[in-house]
Amino acid sequence: MLHVRLNRPLFFVSEPKAWKLGKKTPLYDSHAVAGAKIVDFGGWDMPLHYGSQLEEHHAVRQQAGSFDVSHMTVVDVAGAGAASFLRTLLANDVARLKDEGKALYSCMLNHDGGVIDDLITYYLGPDRYRVIVNAATRDKDMAWMNEQAKAFDVVVSEREELAMIAVQGPEARERAAGVLDDEWRDKALALKPFYGLEAGDLFIARTGYTGEDGWEIILPADQAADFWARCVDAGIRPCGLGARDTLRLEAGMNLYGADMDETISPLEAGLGWTIAWEPGDRQFIGRGPLNEMRANKERRQFAGLVLEGKGVLRDHMRVVVEGKDDGEITSGGFSPTLQRSIAMARLPAGDYERAQVDVRGRLLDVRVVKMPFVRNGKAQIEIQKGEKR
Amino acid sequence: MSELPGDLTYTNEHEWLRQEEDGTVTIGITDHAQSALGDLVYVELPEVGQDVDGGGEMAVVESVKAASDVYAPISGEVVAVNEALSDDPEKINADPYGDGWIVRLRPSGDDGETMSPDEYQTFLDELED
Repeated sequence: MLHVRLNRPLFFVSEPKAWKLGKKTPLYDSHAVAGAKIVDFGGWDMPLHYGSQLEEHHAVRQQAGSFDVSHMTVVDVAGAGAASFLRTLLANDVARLKDEGKALYSCMLNHDGGVIDDLITYYLGPDRYRVIVNAATRDKDMAWMNEQAKAFDVVVSEREELAMIAVQGPEARERAAGVLDDEWRDKALALKPFYGLEAGDLFIARTGYTGEDGWEIILPADQAADFWARCVDAGIRPCGLGARDTLRLEAGMNLYGADMDETISPLEAGLGWTIAWEPGDRQFIGRGPLNEMRANKERRQFAGLVLEGKGVLRDHMRVVVEGKDDGEITSGGFSPTLQRSIAMARLPAGDYERAQVDVRGRLLDVRVVKMPFVRNGKAQIEIQKGEKR
Repeated sequence: MSELPGDLTYTNEHEWLRQEEDGTVTIGITDHAQSALGDLVYVELPEVGQDVDGGGEMAVVESVKAASDVYAPISGEVVAVNEALSDDPEKINADPYGDGWIVRLRPSGDDGETMSPDEYQTFLDELED
């Protein structure tokens, strides 16, 4: 029966074999001791879950969970040309970052307007920025950034010596605050959403990928295992990449490689809001093609789907919209919070609320909804009576 | 790794079979299979009265991670399905050899190829390597 139709090749490639060593984060031993199921993710041996992905998901929605995200790539950008460089490199505009610590979500585009990666940039101080890019895209991201940096007075340095832990959930900040040094606790708790703080060896930001409150904490690799253990002691439950995926899906947050890639523009991935069109004379990479796409009223839209009956929507399933071209599910799965299947999909243009999805040869009814599905523990979509898993 | 129940036979598709006294055969998936799949969220069951062919698709189990076919290890008529799985698919995770059974068949032909508990354990051990 293990003809498992893998849902997300990038994500759940296989169980690592002893002879094929993946890269290990500074927390690998902590995961192994805790009995994590380890999978290969973008060349890294990462925890998928520690027993139950569903329980980990609920822990984050209801209390607090921790994620090892040390596989993600931390890149510092510094120099007199740092702002000019990032204003050319990114579709969003770092000139919007007026306050120190403020974060900005953006896409990094190729010359065709396709997405090379999505990332977060923090404004650390004059001429200093910190950029967090994905793990699986590290090599091409670094190559692209280094190439573009040549024209600017800027130093781009990857910080491989740093680990990264996300603590997420309504009680995550409160519980993790006890793990911080006294000196930084109040300042960290005072952070507004989407702000970060350099706290000695640590960088603490009130950001995340779950739709819950929480922090993402960047710290020296040699402090990571101790910090992680103290979070566990403080009542924060270790969570794997599996729960991270269902949480971000419920939160309507895109996954690079599934929801967008180099052939897809932000406009067709629900990320139009991350493009800073003004000032109009800022020539960021990909702007020309984006301008043309923006004028095209027939371009595909990106929306959420909710399955009304039983079953599970999966990546790449065909979406049938009456009188229009087919759409496609880019990320699908089961929502533990809503207890039914949900998906993100790229769909033909138009205003409609109903569609059908081809689930292994059967057309099942879905509702087309605006995302997110869940935010801060609560359903953001109307769950209709009679809908049941 | 938990002990394999001694009164069952197993397939290389990670299903188990139990010969019932009335001549029917109860079928489910093994602990190894449920563990590999992760938390189950949906089970698609066949209709009672339906005939299934050995090696053909009989049910679908879906976890948070993926959908998997459950193939009929033997040919036969479906005489019962575990309706409780519709609302509680996680019963398969909690008790794969008990409450998590999937279908009961009345065999219509030759037995399919199955393994003893020891043989299946050896099969699993080789997969680990």
